[in-house]
Amino acid sequence: MELLQFDFMRNALIAGILASVVCGIIGPYVVVNRIVFISGGISHAAFGGIGLGYLLGINPIWGAVFFSLASAFSIGGVSRWTGLRQDTAVGIMWAIGMALGVIFVGLTPGYAPDLFSYLFGNILTVPFSDVVAMMILAAIIILLVSLLYKELLAFSFDEEFAVVAGVPVDKLYFLLLCLIALTVVVLIRIVGIILVIALLTIPAAISARFTHNLKRMMILSVLLGMVFTFCGLWLSAVLNLASGATIILVAGTAFLLSLLFKAEQVQTSKA
Amino acid sequence: MESEQIVKLNEVCVTYDDLVVLEGVNLSVHQNDFLGIMGPNGGGKTTLLKLILGLVHPRTGEVKVFGTAPEKARKFVGYVPQHSRFDFDFPVSVEEVVLMGRYRHSGLFKRYDGTDREITQGALKTVGMWELGRRQIGKLSRGQQQRVLLARALVSEPQLLILDEPTASVDARMQTGFYELLGELKHKMTIILVSHDVGAVSVHVDKIACLNRRLFYHNSKEITAEELMKTYQCPVEMIAHGVPHRVLKKHEGND
Repeated sequence: MELLQFDFMRNALIAGILASVVCGIIGPYVVVNRIVFISGGISHAAFGGIGLGYLLGINPIWGAVFFSLASAFSIGGVSRWTGLRQDTAVGIMWAIGMALGVIFVGLTPGYAPDLFSYLFGNILTVPFSDVVAMMILAAIIILLVSLLYKELLAFSFDEEFAVVAGVPVDKLYFLLLCLIALTVVVLIRIVGIILVIALLTIPAAISARFTHNLKRMMILSVLLGMVFTFCGLWLSAVLNLASGATIILVAGTAFLLSLLFKAEQVQTSKA
Repeated sequence: MESEQIVKLNEVCVTYDDLVVLEGVNLSVHQNDFLGIMGPNGGGKTTLLKLILGLVHPRTGEVKVFGTAPEKARKFVGYVPQHSRFDFDFPVSVEEVVLMGRYRHSGLFKRYDGTDREITQGALKTVGMWELGRRQIGKLSRGQQQRVLLARALVSEPQLLILDEPTASVDARMQTGFYELLGELKHKMTIILVSHDVGAVSVHVDKIACLNRRLFYHNSKEITAEELMKTYQCPVEMIAHGVPHRVLKKHEGND
């Protein structure tokens, strides 16, 4: 493929692989713990950080790291220690983060370059410095999940039993939210804030139909993520479409197709 | 001979916001007791268990488990939660579920080792689920899932076993099998179980308490009709040693 001769294409492919790996690992946790909405809140709150990055003249990625972690802790704190409804709190955080981002960008003198790429993603403009930042974040995520696999499994399956069994459940909950926050940051460059949820949920949702083992679900999700990003990237180049949106549509189409295959049927024992 | 006191509740009162769930509860459970706590739904049965597990804290009064705070006693306690809470679509196998009970013996950052797996296999044998270890948990029947949850509690090698409605919506044959299993286990550990089903439980346990916000308990299997009436707020038949009785409401003006 002559497309690969371009530097930007090589960066795009590395970024796509990294995104697929982290989504494939974190996505299944998001899906089985039913915290898709929380992940949406964290990713949208990150936009506030991107705006702050522009305003302060630093790499917006670091602003996003700060804002998404802060929103992860706030959402976790609200749902653990207050009587507030969690989804309400997430909705509020979601809106405030976006609003702050808009205000910060408005206060930034001059034109904000690349802003659109943070919202909708543009894998083709990922600079090498961002690829390095993504590698570091991905390494942290892989290390933590491999060290705490059995803790996260016990916590996700049955939190109350995990407490009694001595698993540090509160810390794990915050850790999981922080991992989601870091994943969101990794993904923002690829598909953008708006579409982050798709890459977190679609590969995991498809995998869940074909395996009942969390590890296999992760491996399958990683592979699916790679297929989606590569196909989407290639299609977007050929058809001259926005890369992030094309990746998502490829994933979405694959999900619909997967519904046609008979999934390994789970006998749900609902009384 | 006075046996060791495993659980001690002293004038315990629990409230959720303004709602009084438990009031003036006194209870002592001794070593190798097999205690059934019965009462209507919403009577505070699960809350009482959660007090013993340290998941709920009393507003007033004192809870001691193995002579210490419930949180510190958790390492001696095996817990079989209510079945209805689970997401049985969860991508996890029977063996993985049971291994979770070994967490305390394994520890943070470590992997489950050969001993953990051996004990897990042993517990699956005890509950008769050995051949199903590789199955996804959702692919078992309700009664089988309940046995797996029991195995998960057993692998922590507990001295006190706590079960919350273990046989709710399990068919009669599986129920009897489950209680026979508990009947074997009671020689090795103290057992407390709660259920709203007076008939099923009263046959199998050694001691019965009745709970509906207040607890009626005399350290025996005999409860007076008056106490059961107070608990269920309806007339019920007397329960005595080994005689299975059902809660039957007397129709007004029947005689």
